Amino acid sequence: MSTEVLMPALSPTMEEGALAKWHVKVGDTVRSGDVIAEIETDKATMEVEAVDEGVVEALLVAEGTEAVKVNAPIARLSGGRSPAAPEPAQAPPATVLPALAETVAARQVPAAKAAEALVGGAAVAAAIPYGGSVKTLSVRDALRDAMAEEMRRDDGVFLMGEEVAQYQGAYKVSRGLLEEFGDRRVIDTPITEHGFTGLGVGAAMAGLKPIVEFMTFNFAMQAIDQIINSAAKTLYMSGGQIQCQVVFRGPNGAAARVGAQHSQDYAAWYAHVPGLRVVAPYDAADAKGLLKSAIRDPNPVVFLENEMLYGQEFDVPDVDDWLVPIGLSKVRRVGGSVTLVAYSRMVGFALEAAGILAGEGIDAEVIDLRTLRPLDHETVVASVRKTNRLVTVEEGWGPMGVGAELAARVVEHAFDYLDAPPLRVCQADVPLPYAANLEALSLPSVDKIVEAVRTVCYR
Amino acid sequence: MARQNASKGVKPAKAKPTAVADGEALLDFYRSMLLIRRFEERAGQLYGMGLIGGFCHLYIGQEAIAAGMQAVRRGGDQVITGYREHGHMLAAGIDPRAVMAELTGRADGVSRGKGGSMHMFSTQAAFYGGHGIVGAQVSLGTGLALANRYRGDGNVAFVYFGDGAANQGQVYESFNMAELWSLPVVYVIENNQYAMGTSLARSSSETHLFRRGASFNIPGVEVDGMDVVAVRDAGLAAADHARSGKGPFILEMKTYRYRGHSMSDPGKYRTREEIDEVRKTRDPIEHLQERLETLGLADEAALKAIDATVKASVADAAEFARTAPEPDAAELYTDVYSEARA
Repeated sequence: MSTEVLMPALSPTMEEGALAKWHVKVGDTVRSGDVIAEIETDKATMEVEAVDEGVVEALLVAEGTEAVKVNAPIARLSGGRSPAAPEPAQAPPATVLPALAETVAARQVPAAKAAEALVGGAAVAAAIPYGGSVKTLSVRDALRDAMAEEMRRDDGVFLMGEEVAQYQGAYKVSRGLLEEFGDRRVIDTPITEHGFTGLGVGAAMAGLKPIVEFMTFNFAMQAIDQIINSAAKTLYMSGGQIQCQVVFRGPNGAAARVGAQHSQDYAAWYAHVPGLRVVAPYDAADAKGLLKSAIRDPNPVVFLENEMLYGQEFDVPDVDDWLVPIGLSKVRRVGGSVTLVAYSRMVGFALEAAGILAGEGIDAEVIDLRTLRPLDHETVVASVRKTNRLVTVEEGWGPMGVGAELAARVVEHAFDYLDAPPLRVCQADVPLPYAANLEALSLPSVDKIVEAVRTVCYR
Repeated sequence: MARQNASKGVKPAKAKPTAVADGEALLDFYRSMLLIRRFEERAGQLYGMGLIGGFCHLYIGQEAIAAGMQAVRRGGDQVITGYREHGHMLAAGIDPRAVMAELTGRADGVSRGKGGSMHMFSTQAAFYGGHGIVGAQVSLGTGLALANRYRGDGNVAFVYFGDGAANQGQVYESFNMAELWSLPVVYVIENNQYAMGTSLARSSSETHLFRRGASFNIPGVEVDGMDVVAVRDAGLAAADHARSGKGPFILEMKTYRYRGHSMSDPGKYRTREEIDEVRKTRDPIEHLQERLETLGLADEAALKAIDATVKASVADAAEFARTAPEPDAAELYTDVYSEARA
């Protein structure tokens, strides 16, 4: 009997990939574990191995084919099991395992359903008050371009972190930087977050401008002492003598199905700390413009990215030096019925919810905070004075969170304008579960935002 | 009796009186060490009077290390240490008035009253703190060395920590990167035998701290930290090693603190006799005084003159620190963020 070999997902975020190379041809006998093909995604090139044995009957996808969907049949094997081994009653579909996926999975935070998060590009582009020419860039490449431009501009800027150089970045954010800038300025560190963060902060105290990449902010927990006690406080403790110009960046928040230790949103943690600036962009234009501003900022900046956004494409102003100032939020959708406030990936969710709500006659104003410290509450307060309703959206937990802070400031500055208690859409108050259904129950979603808005609108 | 790592040790010259070419250097050591001791004694008094608050960790007994290592520094070399840093600052030439006024929390303090005893800095003296988190300065100091190598400026970072900090994980993360990248850093472990109230033997499976770099291929030697000349000579060899591109070097300075861990330490973990024995037999200042007299470099009158100058300087610092104004209330919100654009 024949079995089909399906295009494997090399990470939970992968939806399609290129079939770069076949290592087998029709008629070859393969055994479990043989490398049969190479697959490329925008993040990585990986070898795939056969998990079944048999003879290659047909290669269904030609070498070099781009955009092969995950789970599409790519080859057919004839049954080659040993006669002694009984056939299972129902032969499981033959699949291939990525050779590297196991070792990479723990560190390469994955995700699924990225398309669901996408908002119409046109709506986003329309919100950019920039009138010049634009080019389409993924958030990943926008971040890379920002670092490259700043490194060209200033020899004191350098990048350090795990897999940033030779591997080209665990998420390919630093792709090409080693080739352009060399290993003096693109530094692969050991897996040693506490140590290399301390080194980065020390180098910043000596006047350099490091960009410290965390493979995810979950790993920065090992280094949080250096970020807070050393980076954030030393300017003050030294009476203004010791400046610490450093950017801590990397993916933050939940990706998909990576469980509690790889999914936390640290926005509220860092935004709590005086001395830090905290930035969490949504689209590629902000990712680029804010990262460039962060690198130039003389203070320590925590720059929270989101893995689910890396592959998403947006229009980015095509100018020499695109800078977005830290500390200004952005009204991404103008509306009069309710104020929806979000940051990072949740902005996309909020915009999508606003689209649904528009169909119900609810006209939501969507504010993208972009910066969490300093928090631009003036824009939020002005909006609530107009809409009289507030719904906040964050991936993190609700208690002591960003939404809690927004609610406090709105109550402080616009108490008499509120027609309903502010509502927070946030992660359920549990460590993020792995099971798909429980994970979905735990995280914010477009539906939950829509429901919260209906509630504050008494609908 | 310098012990050393088998892997790639550098043997520091054993201090011999005859090796001392420069009598003026010995007198400078004496002035520096005496200033530290008198300053710390006065700080202890001011603490007792309620003029200094919070935690206050005195350096008495360990003076030879800061004084001896200062002679090793070249312009541009950085120093960073933990919270027992008053002595390092004075050795680095930072104005005693500014240090004492920081202890009393005054506007004229070196951190403008915002740091206190544990958090003092001076960019002018390339003194990078003054850090209150045990061991954090080791990673930070290794980062200073990373900056030196990045710039290729030939500077060396001198990174001090105690026997207690030597058990922190980030110390070893830093050792690994320092050796991996051949960073110009000298790690100076001030082994005063007690991590707060826990003796080295009770806290450390390997009590020879100069060996702690062995698994990273970092050479290390044990040094008599009560002998300022031994400190200086070991420091010179270690600095040469680091400056020449060979990477980090570890100096374990065997020393002793006479006072408690901080002012609030009742000291029940050791006997009065133990302290007295060290003071009687190993005191670094008395040791140097004898050497100066033996070598004929200073007579009693000359030493008394130095004593008088040091005492006057400390009295002046104390008076300054007592009378200097507190920071203006408007200072509460300054220095949280830097406005300077680079």
